[in-house]
Amino acid sequence: MAAPLTLLLIVAVTIRAALFRSSLAELIAERVEVVSPITAWKRVVEGLALLDLGVSPYSGDVFHETPLIIYMFHFLVDYAEITFMTFVFGALCVCICFFFIYLSLMPFQFRKQKFALEADRYPMDSLELIRSPKEMYYVPLKVAMFYLLNPFTILSCVAKSTCGLNNAVLALFFLSTIKGNVLLSAIFLCLATYQSIYPITLCAPAMLYFMQRQYIPVNFHRVSFWWFIVQYLFMYLGSLFVLICLSFFLLGSWDYLPSVYGFILSVPDLTPNIGLFWYFFAEMFEHFRLFFLCVFQINVFFYTIPLSIKLKEHPVFLIFMQLAVISIFKSYPTVGDVALYLAFLPVWSHLHRFLRNIFLVSCVLLACSALFPVLWHLWIYAGSANSNFYYAITLLFNVAQILLVSDYFYAFLRREHHLTNGLYLKRKDGSEATLILK
Amino acid sequence: MLRWEATEVKEAATVDAAADIQGTSAPETVVPSSVPQPKDDFQEELVIRPLHSGDIYASFQFRTLWDTDFMRENKVSHYRLFPKSLGQVISKFSVRELHISFTQGYWRTMQWGQPFIPSPPGAELWVWFQDSVTDVDATWKELTNVLSGIFCASLNFIDSTNTVQPSASFKPLGLGNVTDHSFLRYATLPREIVCTENLTPWKKLLPCGSKAGLAVLLKSEKLFHSSFHSQAVHIRSVCQDWQCKTTSWELRQTLNSVFDLHNSGQTKREWSLFKMFSRTLTEACPLASSSKLYIDITDNPQGEQFELSPATSLLSQAVVLGDRRTFSVYDLTQETTFGTVRSLNLLIRWKSNEGEMLRPLLHAERYVAGYGLQTGEIHTLMYNNHPYRSFPVLLLDSVPWYLRLYIHTLSVTSKGKDNKPSYIHYEPSKDRVKPHLLEMLIQLPPNSVTEVTVQFERALLKWTEYPPDPNHGFYVGSSVISSLVPSTVAMHTNSTRERPLFSSFFPCKEESSYFVRIYTEPLLVNLPTPDFSMPYNVICLTCTVVAVGYGSLYNLLTRSFQIEEPNPGLAKRIANVIRRMRGVPPL
Repeated sequence: MAAPLTLLLIVAVTIRAALFRSSLAELIAERVEVVSPITAWKRVVEGLALLDLGVSPYSGDVFHETPLIIYMFHFLVDYAEITFMTFVFGALCVCICFFFIYLSLMPFQFRKQKFALEADRYPMDSLELIRSPKEMYYVPLKVAMFYLLNPFTILSCVAKSTCGLNNAVLALFFLSTIKGNVLLSAIFLCLATYQSIYPITLCAPAMLYFMQRQYIPVNFHRVSFWWFIVQYLFMYLGSLFVLICLSFFLLGSWDYLPSVYGFILSVPDLTPNIGLFWYFFAEMFEHFRLFFLCVFQINVFFYTIPLSIKLKEHPVFLIFMQLAVISIFKSYPTVGDVALYLAFLPVWSHLHRFLRNIFLVSCVLLACSALFPVLWHLWIYAGSANSNFYYAITLLFNVAQILLVSDYFYAFLRREHHLTNGLYLKRKDGSEATLILK
Repeated sequence: MLRWEATEVKEAATVDAAADIQGTSAPETVVPSSVPQPKDDFQEELVIRPLHSGDIYASFQFRTLWDTDFMRENKVSHYRLFPKSLGQVISKFSVRELHISFTQGYWRTMQWGQPFIPSPPGAELWVWFQDSVTDVDATWKELTNVLSGIFCASLNFIDSTNTVQPSASFKPLGLGNVTDHSFLRYATLPREIVCTENLTPWKKLLPCGSKAGLAVLLKSEKLFHSSFHSQAVHIRSVCQDWQCKTTSWELRQTLNSVFDLHNSGQTKREWSLFKMFSRTLTEACPLASSSKLYIDITDNPQGEQFELSPATSLLSQAVVLGDRRTFSVYDLTQETTFGTVRSLNLLIRWKSNEGEMLRPLLHAERYVAGYGLQTGEIHTLMYNNHPYRSFPVLLLDSVPWYLRLYIHTLSVTSKGKDNKPSYIHYEPSKDRVKPHLLEMLIQLPPNSVTEVTVQFERALLKWTEYPPDPNHGFYVGSSVISSLVPSTVAMHTNSTRERPLFSSFFPCKEESSYFVRIYTEPLLVNLPTPDFSMPYNVICLTCTVVAVGYGSLYNLLTRSFQIEEPNPGLAKRIANVIRRMRGVPPL
């Protein structure tokens, strides 16, 4: 498997380097779908320029990255190649992490299934649903391919969007979680939270995973359950505290808090993007603005609770669901965020027989991706369309994403049902039964 | 034949008023015995400069001097020549200096040369406050609202989003060497339209109103039918004598106009006071200590370009903007000026169309480059036309927040080479709070064009933040270029010497250079617009999508899979109901 992986890495780096060298790089870096006001490389460079002028980068409203990012690039930016390599490295990092995640996940999954079979927990006819190691052999490679060769990731990397780095931090978080390293997992999660707030909801799946691994029952009356939560939260909050203080000492002021987190939460910049926020708040009545802002932001965080309850046995799928919810409902989404959860799809290849509208959804996603630049051109450059055209496409894109995610969720739940109840269900009178949600 | 005007200080002492002021003045004000008693003094003058294009430039200046102290404890209550409304503003808001101008049209430096008092299109206001002011921003806000009422202008639209604190470009023009620019506020409203309703309150500030003196010429139907119209009020404190023992407040009201030859529908190149203003002069303002009319005849020493009638034998020379100019002077306080018809209708008749104007040494222009509504680039071109001297200029740019400047794209090039500014003061904008402020000190090489470019991004605003007619575009105020330009003749550094008003506005510190301020064109920039007609639709549609997300997840989270039991038919259900009533087990 090492050879195809190496080949894949070489191809991926070559594509990125070729695009980066071409004249397309500048065009891609300006695309609103690829870069958001937070992640745009142009704004990071602006922050560095302000730092060089002796002005705090947070005194203005152009730079919204975290202090660690700006100080990291302060050392790197003089060398354009190195900067670019950082982003390529970020992308590769994500891919390799995913690769190893599934490599280590695979035997675990298989062992669990085997155990359940032997214990007669699954009826015999659901054997069909159980994945054989042979089927799963190429999953890690497929995942790596799905991330590295995804046009969304390539664009995001060529545009030098810092979203790629956030994805790398998240991937490292998954890896350390799957590997069972509690401290590293807390640290990487805290880094991801520090970068963009929303990953805080991934706390729940991480803790569920560790508890499952360490055979701690999820039971509110057990001391061991609470003790583990306290431990994890202590590590998480402790490293968050360290990071925030470190930023304060680097910068010498708290200016960055409103400028980074206030900016993410209050959505003052209405630059169009692929999300739902920009046009909604551009057209919002002023006296309802705060109310809807709260509703939309709570919406992102709220799904954590019911999803954790429903999926407490399946923390990896919970991570996927959380990522998807974040990337759909976050305030400044880019295609880089979408690419991250799309990379999980090959892992759920065993769900394909239960997916209901995957064909329609993929067509809509592809069509939208093609229509984004077209309608943007019509609105901004040609002047022959107006903002509603672009807005309509963002709506459609988000509906497609929602359908995709809920379809996978449905398929996952259905497979679980079949695993325990048998694949071929019968009614009481012996005729073939259909399964419905009630 | 020619008689040079003697420069003498005219003392129009007004004893009554002086006595009143003396009575109310605080005891700590020690008046040296050698200095004449506190007084106020009013001067008026009109300068007419024929331009080479056939247009004509008329510049009115009215100056009121009053040595009182607005800042002392008991309020100044007796006003004579100085307008009470402005006096109260000065004392209430502890103003050190106030400059306000309203301009319609753009001053074309390359065609018309430098104006006596420059001003940008729209409204401009800059104020230095006294050190005693604690909350400058609140005072500024209140002051702009008061001035808005006084001048019938939209100055109340000045808020934190268009106010800046320049660090170097706007030094006080009067007394006091203030370096702390936290007491300075500068704002422009490039969209402001100037019309009659601004002129009327401005005229009311004059001691004679528009009843007598030069102000009778200020008729709005003619003044606003011109290529350029600018009216201004400048308040500052100045020295009374060259030792600066006593100071007095100076109120300078200026009005500049350029009348267009073709616009006025004439065929002959001929101008008269009546043609310009549809009035003639009959008397000086009785309250004025001096009332003069100057015609610039520098280019016409022998009368070969144009002729003046009635001719005057009185000539005066003044150094204006680095150039020694010669003026014919009509003293309106003299009876003889008006001749036998008791009215002065000055006529300027051109004889030839020839003559080249001296190119101004410094001139600038600005434009927006790029296409589409996403990004753009502001280009500022500064021309140094001096053949062998280079000189530094201070460039000030105040750009609204909705054009997000990227300062790392700033480039300054002259003669194809990078010209690094020796001083950059940059304050980035805050969305909906403050604008960008960019100040740079740039050395302009001799005989060169220096180009300053900076890229910006156009923001999408909330639908309520767009003005009516949003597709007209958004105005960006003029860049301000301030410079000490090398002078060809020695400048007068003594500010108290009696000089024509038009040559004594900017204080001059050294003999070899003179101060010039240039305003570039304001910019008109289009921003992307949302569809204003459909807020309800957008709210409904987006909420629907969120609800689709919520609904599908809720559906999967709360329900569980069950085997579908077919619904019994209607007949069967009815039969079951009947059977239940009968107590028989259902079918």
